[in-house]
Amino acid sequence: MYVAVKGGERAIDNAHALLAEKRRGDTSVVELSVAQIREQLSLAVNRVMAEGSLFDPDLAALAIKQAQGDLIEAIFLIRAYRTTLPRFGSSRPIETGQMACTRRVSATFKDAPGGQVLGPTFDYTHRLLDFKLMADGEVPEAETAPPRTEPTPHIMDFLNTEGLIEEEEAHDDTPPDLTRVPLELPAERPLRLQSLTRGDEGFILGMAYSTQRGYARNHAFVGELRTGTVPVEMEIPELGFAIEIGEIEVSECETVNQFKGSKTEPPQFTRGYGLIFGQSERKAISMALVDRALRWKELGEDDVGAPAQNEEFVLYHADNIQATGFLEHIKLPHYVDFQAELELVRKMRAEAQTGLQEAAE
Amino acid sequence: MTDYNFAYLDEQTKRMIRRAILKGLAVPGYQVPFASREMPMPYGWGTGGVQLSAAVMTPDDTFKVIDQGSDDTTNAVSIRRFFERTAGVAVTEETQEATVIQTRHRIPETPLEAGQILVYQVPIPEPLRFLEPSEVETRKMHSLEEYGLMHVKLYEDISQHGAIATAYAYPVMVRDRYVMDPSPIPKFDNPKLHSPAIQLFGAGREQRIYAVPPFTKVVSLDFEDYPFEASKAEGACALCGADNSYLDEVIMDDAGHRMFVCSDSDFCTTRRARGHVGTEGVPS
Repeated sequence: MYVAVKGGERAIDNAHALLAEKRRGDTSVVELSVAQIREQLSLAVNRVMAEGSLFDPDLAALAIKQAQGDLIEAIFLIRAYRTTLPRFGSSRPIETGQMACTRRVSATFKDAPGGQVLGPTFDYTHRLLDFKLMADGEVPEAETAPPRTEPTPHIMDFLNTEGLIEEEEAHDDTPPDLTRVPLELPAERPLRLQSLTRGDEGFILGMAYSTQRGYARNHAFVGELRTGTVPVEMEIPELGFAIEIGEIEVSECETVNQFKGSKTEPPQFTRGYGLIFGQSERKAISMALVDRALRWKELGEDDVGAPAQNEEFVLYHADNIQATGFLEHIKLPHYVDFQAELELVRKMRAEAQTGLQEAAE
Repeated sequence: MTDYNFAYLDEQTKRMIRRAILKGLAVPGYQVPFASREMPMPYGWGTGGVQLSAAVMTPDDTFKVIDQGSDDTTNAVSIRRFFERTAGVAVTEETQEATVIQTRHRIPETPLEAGQILVYQVPIPEPLRFLEPSEVETRKMHSLEEYGLMHVKLYEDISQHGAIATAYAYPVMVRDRYVMDPSPIPKFDNPKLHSPAIQLFGAGREQRIYAVPPFTKVVSLDFEDYPFEASKAEGACALCGADNSYLDEVIMDDAGHRMFVCSDSDFCTTRRARGHVGTEGVPS
C-alpha cells in the first residue's frame, strides 16, 4: 500500500530551524556582530549595497550575517527589503567632482591637479597569507596627510579642453527607473548604466574581460579611478532649496577609449563610465568597459557580434537575483512535465523499435 | 502582521498590475510588459503568480495553491503560507471551494466555474523563445503574426520523430490571433484552457502578464493529418482508480516497480472519500 507524500509543512519548519542552527555554527565560538561585519568585511558590505541597490551598511552587514556570508543571498535580502520602502522623492545628481577622495589614480597622466592618491588598496600587496592575523588583528596606526579641502577636478576635463575627447552633454532629464518600469529594448544609456551598476560583479567582470581579449576590443585606458564620499542633496518643495541629507561612498571610473572616427565623427577619444556604491574598483572598471562596448551603435561602430556589444544579452543576464532564482528553481519538483516527457520518449522509442523490426523483416 | 499592506504589495503596485491584467484580458494571449517587483521569494519560484494573486485578492477570497497538482508540495505550502500571513485570507485544498487558485504546471481536474480565477506561474512566457532567443525579434514576430517558424518546428518534429515532440508547455493559438505558451502544463491539460474561469498568467522575472478571459477560443497547434492529442500515461490511479486524470509515476522499490497516482491531490482525495478504491488503495 502506498500513501501519497505528505508533510511539506512540517518539513519546511524543521528545515528552517536547522538552517538557523547551521548559521550560528559552533556556539562555543563567539557570535559575530553586525558591527564587526560592517567594519571588518567592508568590501563584502559594499558589494551587497551595490548589487542590492540600497546604500545602508548596517542592513547590508545584517544581510551578510543572516545569509551566512552567501553574498548573492544577502543581495537578495536587501533587494526584497528595498522594494517595500516608500519613495519620498529623488535626490539631486551627486557631484563626483566634489568628492572627498580617499583614493584617486590615473593611468593616463603621471600627475594632475589634485595629485594621485594611492589610498587603501590591495594593488601592491604581496598575496602572502598573513598568519599573524590568525592570532590577533592588531594594526599599527597608518600615517595620514591632512585631507584636501578644495574640490578635485575630473582628469577627463583636461582632455576635453583640447576637444580630444567626446563631449558629454549635461541634461536635466529624469533617468528611467529599472525597478519601476519594465525593461524594454532598445535601452538608453542611463538605463544600461543602471542595469550594469546593480549587475553581478562576476558577470560584468567576465563581459569586460571578453572585450579586452578581442570580443569587441575598445582598448580602454583608465583615465581616472576615484573613491571617496560625496554629499547627497535633496530639494525639499516646502523649503524651495536643496539640503544635504547624507553622505555616500562611491567609486567612479572614467575610461579613455580609442576611436578611429566614423562617417559622422572626427577621430577622438571616447568614454566609458562606471559608478558604484562603496569602494568597488573591479566593478567600476568593468562597468566602464562594458558601457563603452554597448555604445557601438551611437558611435557608428561595427557590430562585430561580440557578446559585450549585445545589449539584450548583457542586460537580460546581468542580474544575479534573477539568474540565481531561475537557475535554482530547477530544484523544485517537475514531476508533471517530466512524466509528460517520459511518456513521449517511451512512445517514440516503441515506434522506433517497431520501425526497425519492420525494416529487418 | 501589520508591517506590510494587505497581500504584501502596496496599493500603487497592485494598481499597476491590475492595469496590466485588464490589458491582458482585453487582448487575449498578448504578453503585457509590467514592472515586476522583487518579491521575498526567488525569481523562478512563482513571483509572477504571487504578484497576480496579490493584485486580485480581496479579504473575502478563499485561496488555494497547487504545485504539480498537489497542495502539499513544499513550494505550494510556502506560497499558501505567505498569503495566510500577509493577507489573512481563508485557504482551502478543495478546488470547488476556492475563488483564487494559484498553480504551477497543472490545471485542476475538477472543472472550474464562472467566478473563479486561475493564476498560473510562468517561467518563460514567450512560446517562440527557444526558436528565437531575442526578445526584440519575438515581439516583432507576434506583432506581425509571423508564426511560420513555429509551424516549421512542429512540421520538423513530425518528419523526424513521427509526432510533435512537445509534451508540456504545448503552444496554443488564442482567439485566432496570438500564439501563447500555456506555461509548462502537460498537454493533457490543454483542452481545459477553454474555461468559464478567468485565467491569468504571470512571469515575474521576465516581467510579463497575459490572460485568457472566460470562454475564449484556445486551440492547440496541430496539422489536419496530425491532430493534437491530449495524452497521459496509460492506466488508472492506484489509489482512487480514476482512469481520466493525469497520472504521476512513483517508483516503489529497488527493483524499479512503479505505480501511477493522480497528480491532482484534491481530486484523488475527494474520490477516495466517496468510496473509489484503486488497486493499491485502502477503503477510507
